[in-house]
Amino acid sequence: MAKQLGRDQQGITLRGSAEIVAEFFSYGINSILYQRGIYPPETFTRVQKYGLTLLVTTEPELKNYLNNVVEQMKEWLYKCIVQRLVVVISSIENNEVLERWQFDIECDKTVKDESAPREKSQKAIQDEIRSVIRQITATVTFLPLLETACAFDLLIYTDKDLAVPEKWEESGPQFIANSEEVRLRSFTTTIHKVNSMVAYKKDSFP
Amino acid sequence: MAQFVFEVDLHGLLKLDTPIPNAPPARWQRKVKESGGPGPSPAAGPSPMKPANRSHSSSKTPSRTPGKSGSKIQSTPTKAGGDRYIPSRSTMQMEMANFLLTKENDPAEESPTKKEQQKAWAVNLNGFDIEEAKILRLSGKPQNAPEGYQNNLKVLYSQKTTPGSSRKNGRYIPSMPDRILDAPEIRNDYYLNLIDWSSQNFLAVALDNSVYLWNHTSGEIIQLLQMEHPDDYVSSVSWIKEGNYLAVGTSNAEVQLWDIQHRKRLRNMTSHSSRVGSLSWNSYILSSGARTGHIHHHDVRVAEHHVATLAGHTQEVCGLKWSLDGRYLASGGNDNLVNVWPCTQGDSGDFAPIQTFTQHQGAVKAVAWCPWQSNVLATGGGTSDRHIRIWNVCSGTCLSAVDAHSQVCSIVWSTNYKEFISGHGFAQNQLVIWKYPTMAKVTELRGHTARVLNMTISPDGATVASAAADETLRLWRCFEMDPIKKKEREKANTAKSSIIHQGIR
Repeated sequence: MAKQLGRDQQGITLRGSAEIVAEFFSYGINSILYQRGIYPPETFTRVQKYGLTLLVTTEPELKNYLNNVVEQMKEWLYKCIVQRLVVVISSIENNEVLERWQFDIECDKTVKDESAPREKSQKAIQDEIRSVIRQITATVTFLPLLETACAFDLLIYTDKDLAVPEKWEESGPQFIANSEEVRLRSFTTTIHKVNSMVAYKKDSFP
Repeated sequence: MAQFVFEVDLHGLLKLDTPIPNAPPARWQRKVKESGGPGPSPAAGPSPMKPANRSHSSSKTPSRTPGKSGSKIQSTPTKAGGDRYIPSRSTMQMEMANFLLTKENDPAEESPTKKEQQKAWAVNLNGFDIEEAKILRLSGKPQNAPEGYQNNLKVLYSQKTTPGSSRKNGRYIPSMPDRILDAPEIRNDYYLNLIDWSSQNFLAVALDNSVYLWNHTSGEIIQLLQMEHPDDYVSSVSWIKEGNYLAVGTSNAEVQLWDIQHRKRLRNMTSHSSRVGSLSWNSYILSSGARTGHIHHHDVRVAEHHVATLAGHTQEVCGLKWSLDGRYLASGGNDNLVNVWPCTQGDSGDFAPIQTFTQHQGAVKAVAWCPWQSNVLATGGGTSDRHIRIWNVCSGTCLSAVDAHSQVCSIVWSTNYKEFISGHGFAQNQLVIWKYPTMAKVTELRGHTARVLNMTISPDGATVASAAADETLRLWRCFEMDPIKKKEREKANTAKSSIIHQGIR
């Protein structure tokens, strides 16, 4: 955090931007897991971030899993080869996809390590991230109830010619058959822009 | 029952064609008992003597352990969607397998235009060129939630009636409302504050574009005002402490001040740019909260009424309450924040909150100060949060937090008993009375058929009025003072005054 504060006076660099976006994903995924009840609420603890009280998981295995993803994301964001991150929520018994949280990433590929840092205050970015996370929390008011026990999956869309690192494997897109989509707010660090949306299975009854 | 057994036994002894009561059971009887277990009722048995037989036989044959009978029902252990062929479906990657298998079937020959068209469709559907992207997944699924963890959303939203408090209430609280009033056209908007009860015993209710006053003592109903423009509506009402003036906030950003006795509008104060959803009085200062998140202080005695602006919220201010000693103003907004403001400006001349609480995960509309403990504030969160939190605003600590399992729209404290009542929405639309500071549930008041929107308390503190989206106002006599206790209180009050008189003499 101290590193980023120092950079605040200097602007946003490529590495800084990658860190900000990866951090956002870490907290965002934790929020989704808490709000949608994928894991018991008792296993979450409150932390202060972005001027909000956010809930993050305390389960070591899950923490590890998420850390792996976030570290990898940081690398790929720095290299500008990742295009989107998707959180897929599916029912455990029949593997049916019930919800799909999609975060599209637009990267400014002209930015390199040596480029001059961009002008945007940390505070402005934090405010934007805060709005997105608050929207994620508020979605519980319209998303259909997840009746069955669910599991989640993380999919990352990368450039085609990327070498697949170990521990990762290729996968299908896992779309929802009959879905409703809601577009949420986006935020930008001027180097990376993240658009968010959630798609959910339309209820059989109107 | 014993006499029947005796009679049956007697009859059996006299008749010689029935089986002997005390004989060990025949092999076929034992087999039936083994396979049936606890199932077949005694009446279904082959003979009326069966029940007596059974009890005797189980004690006679030591080989059969008592616990064994009845546990013979074979049940196949249910694994999560497993079967003999695929033991654990959840770890199989059916999606990927299918994807890889069907990938081979792409036809090689295609006309260029068709390819273009397909590419265009692919971009359309996927949002980008799928040929250019690879989808990766971190292998090794994270540990799933433990077995037996029921997804908490289901538990939350299928909340049936909660078991009553284990300790018996000290008093009787009627479960039915005292009165039900009709409130047609009341706006079903969570963020508005549409009812208030004055110290003169008038209940003001805003129904869409009009405000009605209901006199609790006489039962008379008066229409106080109606908005000129049909598209405008009243978004908040608040009585001044003395009960002779009513402040009305509207959807067109006006704050109106009405004189009740003459039924005339005294002032129309415009300073906001969006609807005024919350109001609160502090002697001659009227504070108003708007959709933009700004709070304005109005000094109603002077022409230049707008004396201060408090910018602490980025979304609609739906909860606004001055503390009873007038030192702090608590505000809750749709941005999930609770701000506590001082009554005087800081050194810089600007108002800055002395406390900001971010713990709520939903809009905070329920904001209420404790009448008997200074600096204690209760707040309740909306659908995403559902928690009631008690704060000490001097230290900034959260004294307690309780999950109410339902959207909290309003909190009202009661001095008569050290309790407070909260109003809720989906799924039970109930009012819950909590004991403070133990936070134990005293009782739940049910009756509303749609979510409760607002609550207010009568000047004598005995009745609580709740307005709900089912277009009714229900008056609940839940904090009525015990007449004996009331007399004691009055005696204590008069005793004090008599001492003063003696002193003067």
